[in-house]
Amino acid sequence: MDYTFHWRPVFRKLPDLLEAGLVTMEVAVLAMLVGVVLGLALAIIRMSGLKSITWFAVGWIELARNTPALLQLFFFGFGLGAFGIHLSPFLIVLFGLSFNNAGYLAETFRGGFNAVPPTQVKAARSLGMTPTQAYTRIVIPQVMRVVYHPMTNQMVWSVLMSSLAMLVGYRELAGETQFLASKTYRIFEFFLVTAVIYYVMVKLILAGSRLLSWRLFRY
Amino acid sequence: MDSVSVFTDFQFSDLGFLAEAAGRTLLISVLAISIGTVLGCVFGWVLSATRLAGDATLGVILDIFRSVPLIIQLILFYNFFPIIGFNVSPFVAGTIVLIFYTSALVAAVARGGIDAVSINLRRASRSLGMTYWQDLRYVVWPVGLRAVLPSWAGVALGVLKDSALVSVLGYVELLRASQILITRTQEPFLILTVVGAFYFALSFPISRITARLERRWQYD
Repeated sequence: MDYTFHWRPVFRKLPDLLEAGLVTMEVAVLAMLVGVVLGLALAIIRMSGLKSITWFAVGWIELARNTPALLQLFFFGFGLGAFGIHLSPFLIVLFGLSFNNAGYLAETFRGGFNAVPPTQVKAARSLGMTPTQAYTRIVIPQVMRVVYHPMTNQMVWSVLMSSLAMLVGYRELAGETQFLASKTYRIFEFFLVTAVIYYVMVKLILAGSRLLSWRLFRY
Repeated sequence: MDSVSVFTDFQFSDLGFLAEAAGRTLLISVLAISIGTVLGCVFGWVLSATRLAGDATLGVILDIFRSVPLIIQLILFYNFFPIIGFNVSPFVAGTIVLIFYTSALVAAVARGGIDAVSINLRRASRSLGMTYWQDLRYVVWPVGLRAVLPSWAGVALGVLKDSALVSVLGYVELLRASQILITRTQEPFLILTVVGAFYFALSFPISRITARLERRWQYD
């Protein structure tokens, strides 16, 4: 083994890496928020049974779940160029991740809503609750319990997937690492430190989610 | 336009090129899924049998594969081999990483499957005179499999799609092939659509079959 590790260039750039880690969190959280809104819409459309728009939701969900996330990213990056739409790297990543998140979350939400028997709504209504009350007090809390864990997982996936951004030229954590690694030729060292940062970020998300779940589901 | 164009349109023969690349995607996925599943089942059994000790050692290691983006793992391993004096092809490096990645995901699934079999059922089989291995083979395996087959299928589908990331090492699988064609034809939309269709054709049947199996197993 005639390779000498050089860690100093990495540690000198550590602030840059950590800052890029924040960019990763930003884009992952944004994509998650957009994904939740779109996923909820898709789930409602799919459950509505309206033939005219169900195909759209089903198509989105199946495409998002059955093609690689990287391909989806490339599609927003290069594919849309054919129509003269040129997105910034940030938007490519945001749209790509949101598209993917929405597809997965739609199925999560559908499962969550299916887990609450419709008779419960009838029971709540017959007890004198308004439809809004029945939903906010009976249905939503139970759905939350079912979808909370899968949503946490999706958030983790969102962070992990955001690393694909390096391939479309966005400088989040992975992209920044590649940029710095190619400048200094310390590829292994840089990516090892980045791997540690990703690991810590994922653990923080999981810990945060656990804390929040204690708070949310006390009874 | 009289000048010679370096770009040529998408031709029918390019479909053959893509099909060949799809074959490579399938090859690397099947290798990773089959070997990774066997390894993952062993890991899952170790985790389930050793409890805390396993969680603190093997569990932590496997957890790393699930908490670091696959693309970073691939780049790390690919650059690690030359450091210890081996030069490996992108295919070998990619396959090894995918195998461990799969095994880490399957281990969690397998462990869940083993834990899903109630301890009373296992005690009953043991008290009927079955050996530990007979209990594992004829009681835990069939019962646990039903519980976690959908999760396992999810992992397999995920690995099939994640195999696209091996393209960053330079292995010409489906996604890399699409990049090559896009560079030549300058028709990104068409080619990405075709490649998307290829991926869809590979993964959609698996998800349908498992969905049907899941439904059938629920009722008997």
